[in-house]
Amino acid sequence: MSARTRELFALIPVALLVTAGFTAVLITNSDQLGNLSVFYGAYFLAVCVATHVVIRIRLPDADPFLFPLVALLAAFGLVMLYRLDEGLARDQANWFVLGLVLFSATIIFLREYEALERYRYLIALAGIVLLILPRFLGHPTNDAFLAIDLGPITFQPTELAKICIVVFLASYLNERREVLVVGARKFMGLVLPPLKHLGPLLVVWGAAMVLLVFIRDLGSSVMFFGAFLALIYVATARISFVIIGLLMFVVGAWFFAHTAAHIQERFDIWLDPFHDSSGSGYQLSQSIFAQADGGLFGRGLGESLVQLPACHGGFPDRCAILPAPHTDFIYAVIVDELGLFGGAAVVLIFALIAERGFKTAILAEDGFSKLLATGLTTVLALQAFVIIGGVTRVIPLTGVTLPFISYGGSSIVANFILLALLLMVSDKSRRRVRLQNEAAAQ
Amino acid sequence: MNRQIVKLFALILGLYALLFGFTSYWSVFDSDSLKANTANRRPLLEEQTIERGRILADDGRTVIARSRGVGKGNNEIFVRRYPLGSLFGNPIGYSFVDRGRVGFELSHNDELVGNKTEFLSVLDELQGHAQKGDNVQSALNENAQRAAVEGLAGRRGSVVAMVPSSGEIKAMVSIPEYDPNSVENSNTFKRLNSDDSAPLFNRATQAGYPPGSTMKVVTATAALDSGDFTPSSVLSGRSPIAIEGVPLSNSGGEQFGDIPMTTALTNSVNTWWAQAGERLGKDTMFKYMERFGFNAKPRLDYPGFQLATSGVFDGNKLLGPSDAIDIGRVAIGQERLRVTPLQMAEVAATVANQGELMEPRLWSKVIDPDGREDELNPAHQSRVMSEDTASELNDMMQDVVSEGTGTAGAVSGVDVAGKTGTAEISPGVNDAWFIGFAPADDPKIAISCIVEHTSGFGGPTCGPIFKAVAESLLGGSA
Repeated sequence: MSARTRELFALIPVALLVTAGFTAVLITNSDQLGNLSVFYGAYFLAVCVATHVVIRIRLPDADPFLFPLVALLAAFGLVMLYRLDEGLARDQANWFVLGLVLFSATIIFLREYEALERYRYLIALAGIVLLILPRFLGHPTNDAFLAIDLGPITFQPTELAKICIVVFLASYLNERREVLVVGARKFMGLVLPPLKHLGPLLVVWGAAMVLLVFIRDLGSSVMFFGAFLALIYVATARISFVIIGLLMFVVGAWFFAHTAAHIQERFDIWLDPFHDSSGSGYQLSQSIFAQADGGLFGRGLGESLVQLPACHGGFPDRCAILPAPHTDFIYAVIVDELGLFGGAAVVLIFALIAERGFKTAILAEDGFSKLLATGLTTVLALQAFVIIGGVTRVIPLTGVTLPFISYGGSSIVANFILLALLLMVSDKSRRRVRLQNEAAAQ
Repeated sequence: MNRQIVKLFALILGLYALLFGFTSYWSVFDSDSLKANTANRRPLLEEQTIERGRILADDGRTVIARSRGVGKGNNEIFVRRYPLGSLFGNPIGYSFVDRGRVGFELSHNDELVGNKTEFLSVLDELQGHAQKGDNVQSALNENAQRAAVEGLAGRRGSVVAMVPSSGEIKAMVSIPEYDPNSVENSNTFKRLNSDDSAPLFNRATQAGYPPGSTMKVVTATAALDSGDFTPSSVLSGRSPIAIEGVPLSNSGGEQFGDIPMTTALTNSVNTWWAQAGERLGKDTMFKYMERFGFNAKPRLDYPGFQLATSGVFDGNKLLGPSDAIDIGRVAIGQERLRVTPLQMAEVAATVANQGELMEPRLWSKVIDPDGREDELNPAHQSRVMSEDTASELNDMMQDVVSEGTGTAGAVSGVDVAGKTGTAEISPGVNDAWFIGFAPADDPKIAISCIVEHTSGFGGPTCGPIFKAVAESLLGGSA
């Protein structure tokens, strides 16, 4: 069976899951069973199959599991959003289609992803501009500058910026990794990279600090810096560089934690969310209470308490018992309704995506492809960890979206572009492996 | 680079394992204590969305409590209403999100919110039913409640009426009463809570009163059933007589000669019964008290914190037969004896039910939303005395009403058995009691009545209340 046929068959159970999920929500909400959920399922399948055809034509050898796994996450998201609010699900479905369109466009028009290497400084600049943009054009939500308004829609540039930064780092580190290793010196038991090559890396560290201070976005800065350290480690195989980087980040974060009140507060809430459970700790304690209601198997789709009874004034903006159930805290709602099994399923899907992503990196031949696949996979996997970890109190809570599941156009569109790049790397390396195997067979 | 990529993947898997670990901790392992966390309002909010079942009176029609829907669709919540106001205030209690629950509303919460076994609720979910509470029919009777409230006429006290053969509580009144609808308002609640007359305190089950001479029914049971005495056993009824070295007088200093037990009960002769108590001794007295249900919380379907134990107390400490107790005075309802009106209704009901005590019950039937009924299956609590003893005591208690201190309790056309009690709190201030049952030859109802801090005596004060409540329940058969 060819990779593409496997992909096609994998999409069918995903579409069935969407249908089943919508059916469950419909039954709970209206006590009636129409053909509406079958329609949604068929629509979802049609859109996915159309995208599959694009992959089949342009990237015939790409990894067969990545797209169905991502479609599964999107299915989770659509069903949960439909359960929260029909309007949110409709918006998200549109964003999903737009994401697939941009995904296809990336594959079709960016014929060779290696071309990105040539524009790496331009891309890096674009990334930094995208990061800083909200500080000047945006407005703060929860004290953080995350979004800019573009007429009727708000746009979160950090989602796109993360791709730009990864592309730059992959390209830069691929070129410099030899000199970084060769020129290294030992100092106090730690191997230090040569100073003259350290400059651009300090710039990345600086960018993460800028994110912390000006954008006040702890989540994104952890995500960026994590991906940066992962790439340094993979490129140089020097764990000491990672330790130095971590120390630098911790020192920076510690300094700002004591000067920036909002970061300090995040830490306090993390250490004891129930201390002020009706005030600053409200979100996190509500998140934990929602998960406690879920148990092993969950309350069932549409059965959990998400809306304050007898509240008028709009949902989910005002009347949600757990704030932001459609964005930051969607994982808590999933655990509430689908239980530990539902939550574990989400984490498992991300783990499988990471596995396919890293496999792609290992199969890739050249350094840039390896680092690009590693970086893209890491940044996606870390984003999931940062938000689920925040919601479950593994780490301090910071507002980033849960990729492909949370409500939000910029997130879903940017992550589909990320997926397109990953599949392009995969197609190239797997084609080489296939050709080698065929040559060996003859 | 590949080795580093594998290690990186291992790190990511490690981080994801943490996510799984924390999720399972919150959702499964720590779930119960999180649900009980006082900051967690989810259980309360959720309960508001369930239509709580009705509480009905014994006729199955009169609505004591119902839930009214507010709002629409998924946004609908239910608020409790009590159409009869204060009439059933104390036994039924209340249930409000901000106030919590007490009384019958608390002890029957599981049925009223429709909490079922896991299997049944899964079935319901598959059928797409929203959780809906069962209706609970109480044993309480509207007419009997009204008769008791009118009889007490605003005087502080309590009335409990119980069916001897089944234990069903037909009336439970505590004055002053309160309107459970008003409790929802936090200011009203605060005022009721700090009121000196304690309207939220259910005297029927929570108040400990000295039982006075009604205790002689317990003493008589011990005397007859132990075989130490017969109805014709003779003791001196002169006054005063030293009991435990301290002189004891009869009511009003009245003098009696050597008289049989029947006469001593009819005229409530203190000195006679105190001597009987001394002869029986602490062990025998306590044995029978415990058979009647003393020294333990009543087995009523009611919240434990709203049930008081009857017995001899030193402060809050319950005393037993090995403690230093003046058992002669316990035998006539003095000493440090404290009893609840419910306990004394159980004493009367036991004699009425030929010596067999039934567990008291406020509920009689549960009706689920599909109409399936689950009826009370009366439970035996203890065989207190032999049928012969009960029959002898029944006869003696009839004499109390026909020719003794309890004539005010007589019901026309029906033989009544009863016993009065007057516990002097301070000179001229009494707790007035009457306990009894009717019809004496085929008891349908046993009643205890107490009026606090009155100048009157047990018979004249509580007799008419007994009569009114008994008549309201015997109705056509009277």
